Amino acid sequence: MIDIIVNGENRQVDEGQTVAGLLEDLRIVPERVVVELNGTILKRACFPDTALPAEARVEIIQFVGGG
Amino acid sequence: MRDEDGRLSGAKSASDGTERLDQSFATVLRDWPVDRVRELIDSRTDADVECALRSPHFAPDCLAALLSPAAFGHLERMAQASARLTRQRFGRVIQFYVPLYVSNYCINSCLYCGFNCRNTVPRQALSVEDAVREAHFLSSEGFQHLLLVAGEDPVNVPVAYFEQLVSALHDRFASINIEIYPMDVDDYARLVNAGIDSLTLYQETYDPELYAQVHPTGPKRDFRFRLEGVERGARAGVTFLGIGSLLGLGDWRVESFYVGLHARYLQQRCWRQHVSVSFPRIQPAAGAFEPPCPVSDADFAQIICALRLQLPDAGLVLSTRESARLRDNLLPMGITRLSAGSRTTPGGYSEESDAEGQFEVQDHRSLADVMNSVRSMGFDPVCKDWDASYHA
Amino acid sequence: MNKLVIAGREFNSRLFIGTGKFGANSVMRQAAEAAHCELVTVALRRVDLRRGAPEDPLISHLDPEKVLIVPNTSGARNAEEAIRIARIARAGGGFDWVKLEVTPDHNHLLPDPIETLKAAETLVKDGFNVLPYINADPVLARRLEEVGTVAVMPLGAPIGTNRGLRMRDMIEIIIEQARVPVVVDAGLGMPSHAAEAIEMGADAVLVNTAIATAADPVRMASAFALAVQAAELACDAGAREESRTAQASSPLTGFLWEEGEAEG
Repeated sequence: MIDIIVNGENRQVDEGQTVAGLLEDLRIVPERVVVELNGTILKRACFPDTALPAEARVEIIQFVGGG
Repeated sequence: MRDEDGRLSGAKSASDGTERLDQSFATVLRDWPVDRVRELIDSRTDADVECALRSPHFAPDCLAALLSPAAFGHLERMAQASARLTRQRFGRVIQFYVPLYVSNYCINSCLYCGFNCRNTVPRQALSVEDAVREAHFLSSEGFQHLLLVAGEDPVNVPVAYFEQLVSALHDRFASINIEIYPMDVDDYARLVNAGIDSLTLYQETYDPELYAQVHPTGPKRDFRFRLEGVERGARAGVTFLGIGSLLGLGDWRVESFYVGLHARYLQQRCWRQHVSVSFPRIQPAAGAFEPPCPVSDADFAQIICALRLQLPDAGLVLSTRESARLRDNLLPMGITRLSAGSRTTPGGYSEESDAEGQFEVQDHRSLADVMNSVRSMGFDPVCKDWDASYHA
Repeated sequence: MNKLVIAGREFNSRLFIGTGKFGANSVMRQAAEAAHCELVTVALRRVDLRRGAPEDPLISHLDPEKVLIVPNTSGARNAEEAIRIARIARAGGGFDWVKLEVTPDHNHLLPDPIETLKAAETLVKDGFNVLPYINADPVLARRLEEVGTVAVMPLGAPIGTNRGLRMRDMIEIIIEQARVPVVVDAGLGMPSHAAEAIEMGADAVLVNTAIATAADPVRMASAFALAVQAAELACDAGAREESRTAQASSPLTGFLWEEGEAEG
C-alpha cells in the first residue's frame, strides 16, 4: 500500500494502482473530470497507463455552475 | 517591439526605403474618402446637431453635425457648451509656448508656404550656438515650453543638428517640441533621448489629391509618411503629439472632420500620449498664395467648438498668426495653449533679420501683455506646466 | 447596433449568463434557453469524493453547438492559480475561452488587478481567448487590451450585491476608450440595470445571481433578455443621453457680428 493525497485528503491505495483504477474505486466517470497529478494535467487517454507514485498529489476536478 | 532584423514590429519599408506602419491612421482614412465625408457633413440636419449637442460621446456623425452648415445657427450654444467642457477638463489654465525658427532653407516647394524652395527670399540657418543663444533669450523672457521649427533642410539642419541643439537646451526648458520634417522611429528616438517630449506635425490637408497638388516636389510629397509621423513619434517615446490641417487649403469642414478623426484615433491607439490640435490658418506670405477655401472668423469659432465638444481631452492651440482681438475672443471657447511674442524668422529674437518669415505674425503683444490679457479674462496663464525633470 | 463580435465570433444575444447558484441544472438550462443566451460561464471545482462525479453533470445540460461555454477561474487567488485553472479547463473540455477571475478578496470577491494582468499576459500567449473580470478601472482595461485580451469585463457592483451600475462613470470611460468589446459583469440586479448598461454603450452584460436566485429564474432570464433587446432597439432608434444642461452665461460669439471688426 502507498500513501497518496487526493483532493487534499489522505488516502491509501495499492502499489501500482493506476489513475483509471483510482477513478473507478471512487465511482467517478473519467469523461466528466480532469485529473492533475503532481501539478501536471493528464491526458484522458493516459489514465489507464499512469501508475500513481508514492505520495502522489492528485486533483480530480469537474465543471460546475459558476458566474 | 522589434523583430530579429531590428526593425520596428508592425513596420515595413516602402520601395524607397521609408518606414511604413502596418496599422495606422492611413488604414482608417481609406474608409473615409473625401466624398463620403462631404456627403455626411452636408446631409446633417438641425435635428442631428441637437443630437450631437446632447451626446457626450465621440461619433463621426456627431462630429460631422457640429461641423455642418446646419450647426451655424447653434454657434452660441456650441460655444457655451465648449467653454464649460473645457473648464471641466482643463480648469482655467492656459499654457504658453514660444516658437524658435532655426532655419528657413527648404527643399520642398509647398505652394502655400513662405519657405517654398522656389521663392527667392533671403535664407538663413542658425548654427547650434546661435540657436542656443536665441533660446536662452527666450528662457530669460520666461518661456519654459519651446517649439523648434525649421524647413526641411537635410544639409543645414539634419537630425544630428537637432540632437545637438535639444541636448544643449533640454536642461533649460520644461518641454521641447519639434515642428520639423517627419522622420523614422529611430531618428525620433534619438531626439527623445536628447530631450524632446513633444512632436508637432500638420498633415496640411488630408485629401491625398489636393495634397499632391500643393506639394509638387520634394520629400514632403510622401503623404503617408507624413501622416504616420506622429504615430512613429509615439512609438519612439514622444509624450505630446500635435496635429492639424492648414485652414484655407481644403474645405475646412472636411479637413476639420479628418483632424477630429485623426485626434480620436491617436487618443485610442497612443493612449499614453496626449494629443493637441492646432489651427494654422493661411495668411498671405511671400509668393502671395491665395487660400482656395478661406476660413472666416465665424467658421474658425465653429471648428474650435466642434472639436472641443467631440474631443474633451485634446489640447487646442492658437498661435500668433491670428490677431490679438480674435485670440482673446476665441480663448474662452476652448483654447488651452497660446504662443506669444513670436518671431517666425531664424535669428528673429536676437537681431533684425532679413530672412523670410514662414507667416506674418498678427498678434505682436509681448508675453507679459498676453498673460495680462488672459488673466483679466479670469484665466490662469502658465509658462511651465509640466516638469520634465521627473523623466531623466 | 452592429452585431456583437468577440474574438471573431458573432453573438446574436448580448445577454450572457452565469450558471452558478441555480437550484438545479435543468432550471439553469431552461433559463439560458428562455434568454436565447449564446454564452455561459462555468466554474471548476474539486469533485466531492464522498459523492463521486455528479449524476447530473452541468456540462451535459449545455449544447456546445448553441452556446459557448466559457470556464471561469473563480477560486484563484493569484495569477499562477488562475493560469492553472484555465489550463485544466482546456484539458477537460477543449475550452480555449476563459473568463479570468482572480479574487483573493473573500469578502467582496473583488478582483486583484495585478494578478489579473499577469495571468492575462500568460494566458493570451498560451492561445486563450481571455475575458478578464476587473474593477471598473479604465487604465487597467487598457493594459489588458494591450496584452491581447479579447474583451474586458468591468464589474457594475460587487458580485451578488444586485446594486446595479454603481461604477457607472468609470464604465463609461472604459466604453469610450476600449477597442475590444466591453461586457459589464457582476452586480446587475434588475433588468433595467442591464438595459442601462447597453444604453450606455456596453457591448454585452453577464448576469448570474439576479437570475439564478429569483423565485422564477426562467421568467427572470426572459425579463433580462427583453431588457437587453429593448436597449438595443433604443440605440438603433437613435436615443442619446441628456448631457449636463447649460448654465446661462455671457455670450461668447457676439464679437463675430460686431460691425466693422469681424473678418471673413
